[in-house]
Amino acid sequence: MAKFAKVSFKKDELNKELSKFFKGMLSNGAVDAVLTPMAQAKKGVRLSLVTSAAHTAQVDPFAPVAAVSGAKIASSLTARPSGRKVAMVLRPCEVRAVVELSKLKQVNLEDTLLIGMDCLGRYENTDFAKFQEQGGTSESFLENAQAGKTATNGFDITGACKICEFPAADKVDMRLCALGAESGAVYIEALTEKGEQALEKSGVKGGGAPAGRDEAVKKLAAARTEARDKKFTDIRAEITNFEALADKLAPCVNCYNCRVACPVCYCKECVFVTDTFRHTGDQFMMWADQSGILKMPNDTMFFHLTRMTHMSLYCVGCGQCTSACPNGVDPMPLFRACADKTQARFNYQPGRSVDEELPLAGFKADELVEVTGQVK
Amino acid sequence: MSEFEPQIVAFFCNWCTFTAADLAGTSRLSYPPNLKIIRVMCTGMVDPKFVIKAFLHGADGVLIGGCWPGDCHYINGNLKARRRVANLTEVLKQYGIGEDRFWLRWIAASEGTMLQEVAKDMTEKLKQLGPSPLRNLGQIAV
Repeated sequence: MAKFAKVSFKKDELNKELSKFFKGMLSNGAVDAVLTPMAQAKKGVRLSLVTSAAHTAQVDPFAPVAAVSGAKIASSLTARPSGRKVAMVLRPCEVRAVVELSKLKQVNLEDTLLIGMDCLGRYENTDFAKFQEQGGTSESFLENAQAGKTATNGFDITGACKICEFPAADKVDMRLCALGAESGAVYIEALTEKGEQALEKSGVKGGGAPAGRDEAVKKLAAARTEARDKKFTDIRAEITNFEALADKLAPCVNCYNCRVACPVCYCKECVFVTDTFRHTGDQFMMWADQSGILKMPNDTMFFHLTRMTHMSLYCVGCGQCTSACPNGVDPMPLFRACADKTQARFNYQPGRSVDEELPLAGFKADELVEVTGQVK
Repeated sequence: MSEFEPQIVAFFCNWCTFTAADLAGTSRLSYPPNLKIIRVMCTGMVDPKFVIKAFLHGADGVLIGGCWPGDCHYINGNLKARRRVANLTEVLKQYGIGEDRFWLRWIAASEGTMLQEVAKDMTEKLKQLGPSPLRNLGQIAV
């Protein structure tokens, strides 16, 4: 049974109240470290690794920004574990990516306390800077976003967030709940035994459960699912063939930033930067000879299609690829629409369970008979 | 104008389908020359990139041939290949390269006649379908 603790706050004191929770966990030994979004010295909010209770004042877990996917940070911290307990405050998409990475042995969940935050969306990194300049805070964002107002003066939450059907995190030990909470309060929910112990040690307690939460989560998820399906319909109508795909990818310069930013692009070394793709002049000339012309750098569509076959089964739809693109390609809808197909084929949903096998890591003798259509 | 001749890139496993092709040859079973056979040790080593690259370079069809489930020389390479093919099919299908152009077939070493049939069948179907839409794209866009 889930346990809740209420965190009430006065105006502009949300983070001050939340910092007590993290401070409590650190000073009472619930965890040895906390990875959480924190306000930087002057501007910006970044995930920071805090090991001292004295440094929790700057926490800002609800800040609508994710400059880098937290799943990649989680992998850096735990793939070769420190042996120290870390609480990680992550967005729902990051949590789902962490679940996938744990199956790929690139995240170790053993000493990890996962804390998922209710996500109403994030701004692009550059937009978040504007948001802060205009005096925006996590508090004002939570209040406006819950009323459906995420757009401010010329910018809005990312396209990925607008079509994300997972505003709340599952498969976590604890949750920071803002959805459906009354004004001036957020809730901390413990979902597992590990989470309950940590909540108890943090010293934050009491206050009952947020009454409207389930309904608020359902409503937001339904609205975003609808937006997602519309986006799928649009992109599928727009890109029906390779020619349209080539047009869409025309601004791509093969920088591979999308792959670097992707939390589930799991290869430790991408084949596209290995010797396999370091061709000789001869080879390029030969390709050019085939039709008399060769676009350079070449293999643009090859790269994106290969990435689709590699990671679309595990795509969590975080939109970091689009955020990372310096040339405005917007790969997110392409990859999400593709992921929708590949995941449906294997009845797989990334982030659903740590016990579910990765579709390309297993096989059975008597499955997918329709691929060959042959029966002995 | 001469009839359209499809180009089919065929990845055949060394132990079954390639041997079947050999058998078809020694048995004097003729099959269309549209197949460009590439011998691989196992269907399990056919990287999806091989298939994507073949299509991007204008292949009209790709045929992967391997051992029947249970007969793989490496125990389960063909089963891994089947999942990869299912996955890749979903990717390519979105842009118009469907199951009609991308085949996986089980052909045992003794099934020379089946190899002939599959080769004829695929060539015939691709003739009806016409050239791959990627042919027009050339290397300007890909």
